[in-house]
Amino acid sequence: MKRALRRVLPQIVTLAILMALTSVFFPQFLAVDYQGGRLSGPVVDVLKRGAPVALLAVGMTLVIATRGIDLSVGTVMAITGAAGAWAIASGWGVGPALLLALATGLVCGLWNGCLVAIIGIQPIVATLILMTSGRGIAQLITEGRILTFNDPAFSWLGSGSLAAVPVPIFIWVLTAIAFAALMRRTALGLLVEAIGINRSASALAGINAKVLLIAVYMASGLCAALAGIIATADIRGADANNAGLWLELDAILAVVIGGNSLLGGRFSIAASVLGAMIIQTIDTGILLSGFPSEYNLVIKAGLVLTVLVVQSPNMARHWFLLRRRAQRLREPAPVEGSAPR
Amino acid sequence: MKTLLTTTAIILGAVSAQAQTVGFSQIGSESGWRAAETTLTRQQAEERGIDLRFSDAQQRQENQIAAIRSFVAQGVDAILLAPVVATGWDSVLEEAAEAEIPVVLLDRRVDSSDDLYLTAVGSDLVHEGEVAGQWLADEVGDEECRIVELEGTTGSSPAIDRATGFRNAIEGHDNLEIVRSQTGDFTRTGGKEVMESFLQAESGNEICALYAHNDDMALGAIQAINEAGMNPGEDILIVSIDAVPDIFQAIANGDANATVELTPNMAGPAFDALEAYWESGTEPEKFIQTDSALYTQDDDPMAEYEARKDLGY
Amino acid sequence: MLLSIRSLSKAFPGTKALDAVDFDLEAGEVHALLGENGAGKSTLIKCLTGAYRRDAGEIWLDGAQISPESTSQAQDLGIGTVYQEVNLLPNLTVAQNLTFGREPRRFGMIDGRAQTRMAEEMLRGYGLEIDVSRDLGFYSVAVQQVVAIARAVALSGKVLILDEPTASLDAAEVRMLFDVVRGLRDKGLGIVFVSHFLDQVFEICDRLTVLRNGRKITTERVAELNRLQLIEHMLGRELEDVTEHGAAKGSGDDQAQSRAEILHFEKIGRPGLVEPFDLSVREGEVIGLAGLLGSGRTESAELLFGVRSPATGSARDAEGAVAHGTPREAIRSGFGFAPEDRKTDGIIADLSVRENIILALQARRGWTRPIPRAEQNRLAQKYIDRLDIRTSDAEKAIGDLSGGNQQKVVLARWLAMNPRFLILDEPTRGIDVGAHAEILRLIRELTEAGMSVLVISSEFDELVAASDRIIVLRDRRHVRELTGSEVAADEIVRAIAGRPAEPATTMEATR
Repeated sequence: MKRALRRVLPQIVTLAILMALTSVFFPQFLAVDYQGGRLSGPVVDVLKRGAPVALLAVGMTLVIATRGIDLSVGTVMAITGAAGAWAIASGWGVGPALLLALATGLVCGLWNGCLVAIIGIQPIVATLILMTSGRGIAQLITEGRILTFNDPAFSWLGSGSLAAVPVPIFIWVLTAIAFAALMRRTALGLLVEAIGINRSASALAGINAKVLLIAVYMASGLCAALAGIIATADIRGADANNAGLWLELDAILAVVIGGNSLLGGRFSIAASVLGAMIIQTIDTGILLSGFPSEYNLVIKAGLVLTVLVVQSPNMARHWFLLRRRAQRLREPAPVEGSAPR
Repeated sequence: MKTLLTTTAIILGAVSAQAQTVGFSQIGSESGWRAAETTLTRQQAEERGIDLRFSDAQQRQENQIAAIRSFVAQGVDAILLAPVVATGWDSVLEEAAEAEIPVVLLDRRVDSSDDLYLTAVGSDLVHEGEVAGQWLADEVGDEECRIVELEGTTGSSPAIDRATGFRNAIEGHDNLEIVRSQTGDFTRTGGKEVMESFLQAESGNEICALYAHNDDMALGAIQAINEAGMNPGEDILIVSIDAVPDIFQAIANGDANATVELTPNMAGPAFDALEAYWESGTEPEKFIQTDSALYTQDDDPMAEYEARKDLGY
Repeated sequence: MLLSIRSLSKAFPGTKALDAVDFDLEAGEVHALLGENGAGKSTLIKCLTGAYRRDAGEIWLDGAQISPESTSQAQDLGIGTVYQEVNLLPNLTVAQNLTFGREPRRFGMIDGRAQTRMAEEMLRGYGLEIDVSRDLGFYSVAVQQVVAIARAVALSGKVLILDEPTASLDAAEVRMLFDVVRGLRDKGLGIVFVSHFLDQVFEICDRLTVLRNGRKITTERVAELNRLQLIEHMLGRELEDVTEHGAAKGSGDDQAQSRAEILHFEKIGRPGLVEPFDLSVREGEVIGLAGLLGSGRTESAELLFGVRSPATGSARDAEGAVAHGTPREAIRSGFGFAPEDRKTDGIIADLSVRENIILALQARRGWTRPIPRAEQNRLAQKYIDRLDIRTSDAEKAIGDLSGGNQQKVVLARWLAMNPRFLILDEPTRGIDVGAHAEILRLIRELTEAGMSVLVISSEFDELVAASDRIIVLRDRRHVRELTGSEVAADEIVRAIAGRPAEPATTMEATR
């Protein structure tokens, strides 16, 4: 437990500093109101608005741990949201609609996983295929418009609240806990890390790398489906063109801010979702501070860069590893095994 | 010989009076609005007995150029062009001009000399903003009103022009003040998220009106206002632009107050101008501005919704 | 003397790669450079071509002392090199590749016609009828090889180094390449030929130099040497001094024969890898696999463990068929495999010693049944103690351990599985002498407990000391099994030298 806490300490400190910084520009940032049976306030907004990226980051963490990447998650959000909205609009009811959306996400993940694990395409290319073509699929489902619905139970998932707390917060927190528990209470976490660090040695040790890889991409698809459901329920409509647009990049950024190596191996889901909250704090802070919108991206880029530099012990280690790997490639150890015997 | 020619001319003339053929090169179907434009163009052509040849360019200029060449080769009586980009049209427009086929630009403009086309039909984005601003100024009268603005995608021409128009209209009304302005990227999610932050930052009840650069952002904002426990349309006045079907439902429910139409019916004025040209050779103005009609709760919004819902938005 | 090297030395941290090596190359000869892995061949070549900087020694070319500092400088001096993987650009045309860096220009622009003429000129005399305006990648490796040679000769023109040029060629292509090599020799070039195909050395080379452990062992005329002598030079032993090792064996021989057979492999093979072989494994015995580099030792192990699935053959035990088509199946059948390349195939560098030890066990139990942490700690501690793994604690990343300790962790991983048949590929390579002995002692302990072990090693002494019987491989074929008193290093050497295989077969097997 202590070790786990030490692992996420840099992210917690970063988050605290960012919140303090935002409070300077917007003094009521930490204020929380209770009105009309629900909590509200900027911090609650951060937790709620950060839900999609946090969910994507959970799945992305696992994919990156296997030394892969999933560029399709934003698009999968659009597809699953469209599928869910279509089911609701066709009168399926909430249960079946949710099942359809989640199943769609799993199928998308299965597709990516098969391309990567069985056909052996580079993850970045394999998932790029779905990233670019998937919006077309979503548009086919919505017939090119914003497919709206009016189902209180479904939209409750996006904008309702439970015990005064917005539902999306429950969804992402529970999902993160569930995945973290699944990884650490079973042997999955260890096996995922092993194939990410050295796939060939792992296979020789009897780990079923193919099945694990597929499972990891399916987990990413499932998380994207949950994010897609929240995004769709939130606006009571499926927007095939814009749902989840560019969120895959925020999710990757969250994983990196969470101190996870893009080269695979050791991972922390908790750190990744904290990374997502860091990003959302920046986004919300920019909106609240009232700067002209032309500055949004510049401010965000500057802050993200600062965050990454602040966490530089980690970054320095990654760079070191990268360099060592590159060196090893360039100059194979010349006299391996020639020690006098 | 001369008689023969005359006869041919008469026959040709008679035929052309019966059924004119018009080629229409559309950009694609990237948005609901464009789908509605296509639907309405077909409807207009059918009502007027015009034979419409439709070509979808799928966002590619070379497809549009090919389509226009093919229309010229077919000898159509006129060409409607919704150009995907502004430049690179000179030579193909010259070909059409040499064949004496009038070209009417729809919705977007080109950089070529205006000798090369008959006229252009389009809306005035600045004017749309002015109509919205004027409505708000009239609505609040002399009361103090703090306005929040949901901008379109930063740097896009609709976002710039609609912001300018709105400011033109409220200039001189010292009781109107834009207190916050932030981009919602023309999307519902963006509108909702940014409106939530406006409500936090300006503590809801001090906001008197919302101006959104498009209806989708207004629709997202309406949800945010509802969820904050306030009454959109009453506590906060809402005016936006585009007049998509869904905003009429919101207006009918009393959640929104007004919208300014960016009409997808560019073909109607285009065909009017063409018919005048065919009949008497009247050259129209080089720019025909479509109406930026204002719709409010008094305009039977449900009827407007019904009229629009099947256009493909 | 065209090229002469005098007491060249080069050290890397921890090892002396070249120790005062002399080497002479005459104009108009093909001179083979031979040696097992780590003998120093590639270091010597890299010093010669300027890729490495030598620590000491002199290089004389045409009577002048030289000190190339880069490959391009070596090229300008007259030393050209062609590697096994052709280092040209397959997406450029043959002509572009040939003239790269010195394209004929007219008015500052590359003159395409002159370029083509120039390329055709360069290829004249090589017997190649190819269209130089096509992409290089369009042609076979052999043609690319010749193009590379033509370029190297045109650029350098005195010394040509061919580093394993035939490794991926078939018999006809080798013949074509050798015609080219002979032609160049007759023109007076000095050619250094690096290969581990001894047949080819005897076919094309005039002289040969053997390196071993960074030292020059001998330089001989090929015509005055037989295969047996050559192999002795390469392996570094004379027949007399190995016999005593062999004599120490034999006592356990009868015992070995009477042990029960626990596994029987029949006709396991895969075209291009290893020809079908039979293998019978008895309880508690150590089987040695011996052979030169590239003889199919590792490949045999990989077929047995399913790293590469066998195209033919089957395995059975007392209870029936035994599946071993993939590592997972092999593990389920009670096999274990510690691979030759520990870093890429053995350890999971960023994981801890504990995690590396329990990994295979965990993989077999399945992810739903994690080994409780207390049990993991117990297992890790047990093997750290038993194998004397030197680590500050079980949570240290395995990548931070020394080679010998890494090897012990990999062994511990398999011991935790308690396999019935354990395959160890070069278990002592690259580890210090102390750990070396410990691993040999461990193998003995394991077999006493009833485990059967297959050991692959280039150290024949070690193999003889450890094994109950030894299977000898040559040219990707299991050629002999040594049992009882035959288990001796000189017998291994004789078996490897054996009757030379027909060149055609050798080539077939390497394709």
